[in-house]
Amino acid sequence: MARIDRADVERIAELARLELAPDEAERMAAELAAILGYVEQLDALDTDAVEPTYHALPLKTPLREDRAEPPLPPERAVANAPASEGFAFVVPKVLDEDES
Amino acid sequence: MRFATASELAAALDGGRASALELADAALAGAERARGLGAFVQLSPERARADAAASDARRARGEARGPLDGVPVALKDLLVDEGEPCTCASRILEGFVAPYPGTAVARLRAAGAVVIGRTNMDEFAMGSSTEHSVYGPARNPWDPARTPGGSSGGSAAAVAAGVVPIALGSDTGGSIRQPASLCGVVGLKPTYGRVSRYGLVAFASSLDQIGPFARTAADCALALEAIAGHDPRDSTSLPEPAPRLREALTGDVSGLVIGLPREFFAAGGVAPEVGERVRAAVAELERAGAKTREVSLPHAPYAIATYYLIATAEASSNLARYDGVRFGRRAEAATLGEMYRRTRSEGFGPEVKRRILLGTYVLSAGYYDAYYRKAMKVRTLLRRDFEQAFAGCDLIAGPTTPEPAFRIGEKTGDPLAMYLSDIYTVSANLAGIPGVSLPCGFAEGLPVGLQLLGRPLDEATLLRTADAYQRRTDWHTRTPDPALWEGSR
Repeated sequence: MARIDRADVERIAELARLELAPDEAERMAAELAAILGYVEQLDALDTDAVEPTYHALPLKTPLREDRAEPPLPPERAVANAPASEGFAFVVPKVLDEDES
Repeated sequence: MRFATASELAAALDGGRASALELADAALAGAERARGLGAFVQLSPERARADAAASDARRARGEARGPLDGVPVALKDLLVDEGEPCTCASRILEGFVAPYPGTAVARLRAAGAVVIGRTNMDEFAMGSSTEHSVYGPARNPWDPARTPGGSSGGSAAAVAAGVVPIALGSDTGGSIRQPASLCGVVGLKPTYGRVSRYGLVAFASSLDQIGPFARTAADCALALEAIAGHDPRDSTSLPEPAPRLREALTGDVSGLVIGLPREFFAAGGVAPEVGERVRAAVAELERAGAKTREVSLPHAPYAIATYYLIATAEASSNLARYDGVRFGRRAEAATLGEMYRRTRSEGFGPEVKRRILLGTYVLSAGYYDAYYRKAMKVRTLLRRDFEQAFAGCDLIAGPTTPEPAFRIGEKTGDPLAMYLSDIYTVSANLAGIPGVSLPCGFAEGLPVGLQLLGRPLDEATLLRTADAYQRRTDWHTRTPDPALWEGSR
């Protein structure tokens, strides 16, 4: 069985920038354990000699001429921002943090 | 005109028996009357009426753009449309207005289709019932106590209720075919890369594909012809031009070999009545001249497990962009890190959080090989299964879903039970192949869907077979009783 407990959930929540209430973390741990238990059926398959599929259909990386095209006008690019100044996004201060 | 197909509406427009403006008004009024179904999250009456008037003017000048010119349509709320909100039924995209149009939407509009509104969905397309929506659930027109399926449940319900003849959705693991099956309409997931994903809000990028809902295979052909084709703005868009599908609808299936995967008919998997309806539909195609043979997809039973590892991994990465900086809703906080956490925690619903957490876990150090890489390898095995099956048949047939529409609330407490609703649909996304669901009867008064799966890029054979079936049967002409959802609210 998959071992995932509340501490694991809190660790990955931090990686995913999510905050969970203690009861939410507890519930998520139980649900994720059930899902991971289900996916462990894949262990029954021998895949040592199998190449992974990253693209369902074979497609070469398409190339195009390196030609400048009109971009999204900057005023429209910032129009949806919760806070902006000129053509810049405004965010709370980044200093005094142990993360970026 | 209610419940008319797009082809019928096109004939009425060409024959002067209806105007695009009348059709738009009728669709808008129908959407208002269907409010109790929760199918729409936004209606655009002013823009729709202006577009319809422009369509009428084109037709009057003899410049109609083709069969979709003047036909009312609806869009799932994750397809961006310039100047319109796009929320993905999530709180986190509250207030977002798209600054550019997605390719499929732009092509549909260029064909003259009149967009009347945007349809309900599971948040970020994560769900199989359209219950995980910030707007509340959508309901099944055949029984409003039941779900329309999902995640494109609003689009399926809008077509099933006769509001619009065509609606666009997206299918990552069955999100077009499963609701089409549960609502008794046709839903087509094209080959991966057939329709540009530019302007489709990303859930799982290696699986996502846009496709149409309609009452008939012929209407799906019209819609796919309009939206398909290479797009330089999507690097996974296939270089092939849009397929010519209408001429493929000959009604002739004689000599076609239909593969019946034994895994899709296994006892204990599909509900007995659903299995019976599907076998009866296959028998009808045999009477039309098709041949059948048993095939095997030995890794199909592993598809759900494979899918939930790959889809959640890709989703956890794709949804990192919702951080309260560039668009959508921001929770105020003193520091940047706190702002990220609060914005995402308040903005995402529980199913989205669950999938982000699962995806983050399977990609995290120490688990990548055991889960994500393993799933990518099983994906290869599934692709090979289909390659081998298609060596001996032209298309594959089976049920779309194991059971008819389930009750609202029935599966929300058990994520795994909800995921298993997609057991017959996810394989096509993992293999990148096209699939269509079409109505083939009823079980306990609820629609049953026949699923057809095809070779990559062979939408033509799928739609030819679906169309031939619809010429010989009348399931697609059955409609739910509007009294079920009108006047109740």
